[in-house]
Amino acid sequence: MNAGKPMLTLGPVLYLWEGEKWRDFYFRIADEAPVTHVVIGETVCSKRLHFTDPYLPPVIERLVAAGKRIVFSTLALVTLERESQYVRSLAADSPYPVEANDLSALALLKGEPHWIGPFVNVYNAATARLLARRGASSICLPPELPASSITEIVSQTPGIGFEVLAFGRMPLAISARCAHARAKGHIKDNCQFVCKDDPDGLPVKTLDRQSFLALNGVQTVSFTCQALLADLSDLVGSGVSRFRLSPQDCDMVAVARLYDEVLDGRVDAEDGLARLRQIYPDAPFSNGFHHGQEGAAWIARARNLAHGANA
Amino acid sequence: MELICPAGTPAAFREAVDAGADAVYCGFRDETNARNFPGLNFSREELGEAIAYARRKGTQTFVALNTFMRAGHESLWYEAAADAVQLGVDALILADFGLMAHVAETYPEQRLHVSVQASASNPDAVNFLVETFGARRVVLPRTLTIPDIARLARRIRCEIEVFVFGGLCVMAEGRCSLSSYATGKSPNMNGVCSPASHVRYRQDGSDLVSELGAYTINRFPRDEAAGYPTLCKGRFDIADAHGYAFEDPVSLDVMDQIDALREAGVSALKIEGRQRGKAYVAEVVATLRKALDARPEERRALLARLRLLSEGQRTTSGAYEKRWR
Repeated sequence: MNAGKPMLTLGPVLYLWEGEKWRDFYFRIADEAPVTHVVIGETVCSKRLHFTDPYLPPVIERLVAAGKRIVFSTLALVTLERESQYVRSLAADSPYPVEANDLSALALLKGEPHWIGPFVNVYNAATARLLARRGASSICLPPELPASSITEIVSQTPGIGFEVLAFGRMPLAISARCAHARAKGHIKDNCQFVCKDDPDGLPVKTLDRQSFLALNGVQTVSFTCQALLADLSDLVGSGVSRFRLSPQDCDMVAVARLYDEVLDGRVDAEDGLARLRQIYPDAPFSNGFHHGQEGAAWIARARNLAHGANA
Repeated sequence: MELICPAGTPAAFREAVDAGADAVYCGFRDETNARNFPGLNFSREELGEAIAYARRKGTQTFVALNTFMRAGHESLWYEAAADAVQLGVDALILADFGLMAHVAETYPEQRLHVSVQASASNPDAVNFLVETFGARRVVLPRTLTIPDIARLARRIRCEIEVFVFGGLCVMAEGRCSLSSYATGKSPNMNGVCSPASHVRYRQDGSDLVSELGAYTINRFPRDEAAGYPTLCKGRFDIADAHGYAFEDPVSLDVMDQIDALREAGVSALKIEGRQRGKAYVAEVVATLRKALDARPEERRALLARLRLLSEGQRTTSGAYEKRWR
């Protein structure tokens, strides 16, 4: 599965952005970002759909014209009938491949080529092979997985593509309850879309003022930003074919260019990390899950020393 | 409706059986189940004895293998399934598709229940598990209201089990990496949440501070009882607000909704608490058994007894009530 240059996928915008901001973001991605695939569509909260719906046709048109391959995202948590309807209509009518983020989408997409998103629990090759037999052509593995599991799953599941989250705050949990609305004095059913005020998530600090998590509506994400720049070449060696960049409220074109340059070997990983800090200074980086540690941890790359890089 | 009761030890198992459980659920002493706590759970031999004891009293035994198989180490889960089947468990409670597929293929006669950890929260998801793996029952995630459950029940082809009493996950179960973000250990991979190995209490002036990994989870003034630092039940600062950001330190109790749950199409009521001692299990199971069999007007007094048992702790209807969201 290690044929050709590894590719970059832009993950779905997980946050609620104003419609025009969302549109302009994708226009710029279409025109400038070196990503081959764009996963698009609401993933976190069905109440938000009307914000971006009017802008979807021109955005899709622009991305397609730029040669980006479109994949439609689905909701990570489906409980209400209208949420089921939404997933059913995507599965039935989408002219583009659909990415399953819950079991209902998985069920509905059987037999047609589809993607598996990071919200489906793929922890082993037995599960990955089962999904591949049902028609999955690509799996974005959950951020919690350590490198050892990624290597094992990819090597034992021939014939499909694997993707790993290489940039962005990590999705950690989703709830029927909206902590974001509650933090601002509302409940989910009367949320007044307060999550729109926090386009990069609402920071959750501990009582000792440690930065810890961030709220994104019903979703909780890490405060830290997963940054696997130094691990890309090992992952390519393991057979990972694509890396996912999850949009944060920063210059994602610059992020994509930087990852592209590191993948090409034009920029080394350490220099890349320094540049990434300038592009997205708002969150500390983490790679702990990848190294089998707590997800918030940053594990410095000791092996680079052996290869002669500067520490 | 059946009453499904927890057992973390052989002693608690016997108490649950004696107190009137229709089924007792438990797990092996390793990472194959989501209550992989020190000092809990069953050896193969203990499970065999427990099953025999339960069978003599007409009680069923369910075994939870409800973590996700670690890549490259699947044999631990496959062997657990083989042993549980061989020992004669009445149902396996599973979360991982790979393991469900293995059990459905290898032991087609074995009754398979879908764990809450699988997060099957809608008709298409449940029917997928029924059709693909022959699941006979689904334990619903704690994300649905009772009307949601009623709507779901009409459209699926298996039995429904719901949690009614005990600990409450705020997040959709099986889809939460908060614990491993702070500690490296997660429910999905290690069968633990906010593990004691990473908990520390420290005195700060007159406050007792509870920590999980490197993070402060709560701070208790002298006059407040210190709770265990379960991550999602901690106090945090968010913008100008500070307090319980996700959920207060409450436990679930919807036993006053028994009739509504029955009418919604629920066939089994589940008590959380495999980490609880045998005295707690005996009291809770006996009381809920009586409440289940009692007339509605008699129930209130019976259930009031349980509130005494969780003295000082408030209870919630959680997601079963729409306003909780």
